[in-house]
Amino acid sequence: MSDALILVALLLVAATATAAVAQRDPARQALVLSVLGVFLAVLFTVLQAPDVGLSQLAVGAALTPLLIMLSVRKIRRRRRDRDGAR
Amino acid sequence: MSRRLRLWLLAVGGAGLAAVLAAACLELPGFGGRSHPYGTRAVRASLARHTANTIASVNFDQRAYDTLGEMSILFAAVLGCVVLLRQARDEHRERPRPAQVARPVRRYALLVVPAALVCGLYIVAHGQLSPGGGFQGGVVAATALHLLYLGADYRALERVRPLGAFEATDALSVCAYLVLGLAGVLAGTAFLANTLLPYGTFNTLSSGGFVPLLNAAVGMEVASAVVVLLANFLDQAVEIVEEEAG
Amino acid sequence: MSALMQVLPYLIAAYVFLTGCYGLATSRNLIHAVGCLSVCQVSTYILLLAVGYRSGGTAPVFSDIKPGTRPLVDPVVQALTLTDIVVGATVTALLLALVLQIVKRHGTLDPDELRELRG
Repeated sequence: MSDALILVALLLVAATATAAVAQRDPARQALVLSVLGVFLAVLFTVLQAPDVGLSQLAVGAALTPLLIMLSVRKIRRRRRDRDGAR
Repeated sequence: MSRRLRLWLLAVGGAGLAAVLAAACLELPGFGGRSHPYGTRAVRASLARHTANTIASVNFDQRAYDTLGEMSILFAAVLGCVVLLRQARDEHRERPRPAQVARPVRRYALLVVPAALVCGLYIVAHGQLSPGGGFQGGVVAATALHLLYLGADYRALERVRPLGAFEATDALSVCAYLVLGLAGVLAGTAFLANTLLPYGTFNTLSSGGFVPLLNAAVGMEVASAVVVLLANFLDQAVEIVEEEAG
Repeated sequence: MSALMQVLPYLIAAYVFLTGCYGLATSRNLIHAVGCLSVCQVSTYILLLAVGYRSGGTAPVFSDIKPGTRPLVDPVVQALTLTDIVVGATVTALLLALVLQIVKRHGTLDPDELRELRG
């Protein structure tokens, strides 16, 4: 039973990791990374590592995507200002 | 190097690495095996020092010196971000316009902020007993604060987040960790040795000797580091504008 | 099933690592490259936790189980992974800060264009 759960979680993680690399638009990639963070948290919990799962949930699902989104926003705003000035 | 050549190089290198990694995986001890010599010893040491959460014991007692290194990386990374993202000479600040927030979003965010903050602090405080600890709880508490940005606007967030105080807390908590380590040296044992305080009753908040103290120092450091990081990125994304001098 | 399960987690970790590397090498956008690097990082967590797992084991936390009654998974690798996740996030932040600086100085996010600028 637990083997099956681990197998499913592993395959989900592999699929989302592929999707995160294949998605070339950084803003969308941030969303995929956040889904990857949630699946990783599930995998870690199934692997009996609740501490690591908690930390992955906070960092992978919230913090890293947020930082990427903020960087994307900064660059978009900068481009808009440049184009507006011209 | 042309794009085509680079892709070929990548394919050859990737295939070689994949072959080597697969060969290594086949030689590893099987997944789910029964022999974990380090794990067994770590559990024994943790129980001897009355720490219910073995992972906290490994992080803040058996490998506390390693955690000091991790903390320094964290501190240095935050310092680097602050230096890189500071307001340059050819930039100025523009006050962001107050934004309209949908009623339900506002209500939900304001409801969740205190709950999430308490949750983060609880996770830090119970690090030595249940899953959690300074690293996770710090991130939870710091990101909880930023729900205010969703629920109200950027100026509200700036009012509850005195950045200077958080920067000072970040530095102070690294110092606290060092001082706690040095206390062992002054008392005649080793740096970061967990021998000074009584180990307490198993499975209570004050058990584990130095573990709760080091855990709290790390919690403060991580929380203020994340707040400082997000503040710098938010400043760049929302407030700081380049001037058109060129 | 069981023989495959003995190595599958390690193979998945290797696969995730190689996927991240592929994304890094072919990326045309520095922010996307930072995201791919975090995918590479994830593979190390999977590998470490897979090494420490024990079939039928439970988490090494004694707040609600009696010591010695259940087999336990390895706490050492969990502690290693745990600290690395949080420290890795701040290093990602540092990389993103560097990317923002590059955009400010050179006005482009494409690594190929950057190389041409330098001449």
